[in-house]
Amino acid sequence: MDANSTLDAKGLNCPLPILKAKKALKALETGEVLEIIATDPGSIPDFEAFCRTTGHELLEANEEGDLYTFYIKKN
Amino acid sequence: MSESNAKSMSIIVTKGSLDWAYPPMILGTTAAAMGVDVSMFFTFYGLPLLKKELDLKLTTLGNPAMEMPMMGGHMAMPNIMAALPGATAGATIMMKNMMKKKGVASIEELRELAVEADIELIACQMTMDLFEYNIDEMIDGVTLGGAATYMERALKSDINLFI
Repeated sequence: MDANSTLDAKGLNCPLPILKAKKALKALETGEVLEIIATDPGSIPDFEAFCRTTGHELLEANEEGDLYTFYIKKN
Repeated sequence: MSESNAKSMSIIVTKGSLDWAYPPMILGTTAAAMGVDVSMFFTFYGLPLLKKELDLKLTTLGNPAMEMPMMGGHMAMPNIMAALPGATAGATIMMKNMMKKKGVASIEELRELAVEADIELIACQMTMDLFEYNIDEMIDGVTLGGAATYMERALKSDINLFI
């Protein structure tokens, strides 16, 4: 999936992936997509909850080994 | 202070040890990241968390549920250990190393994010006086308030936490 911006959150533990994603999303225009790469397994339920609460759209969530990739569209 | 639709949260921060600094900081910053209006009221031993220079410590004394990950297992810390010279410094360094190793944010970093997120940071006027702290010792952006100030925030908040 294409993204307008990528956030490398590897090695970061809760709550940093969410906090940094929030900051990165702020810099995007509405409709743009942020790609987040994380290693924190807690980020799976966290990004789901984050999107449900903020209204941004979780387009895709992938898991490959111990890498978690999320695509969030700014709404 | 908050829009009609925005959720809000207040936290009373009463503890200032390295471990107990984390819950309010994590919850406050995460809530702010999720669009919640956050107000944090620092009182008693939470006040040192607002100081310009942070020097948070961790003690093993009176922490019967503390089990440090060591050598593949967990090691509980009997109270007698805390009597050893350097025990507090040792426990503090151990915790800080654990945080760094696991990629957990430092309290300094979380606090910076809290300020950036426009979280309202209120220092309890009474305990500032009690412990003879000066507002100049605290970071910029901290306001002073009393119990009524906190109460007003709490009455309007969806979530009120006492940590």
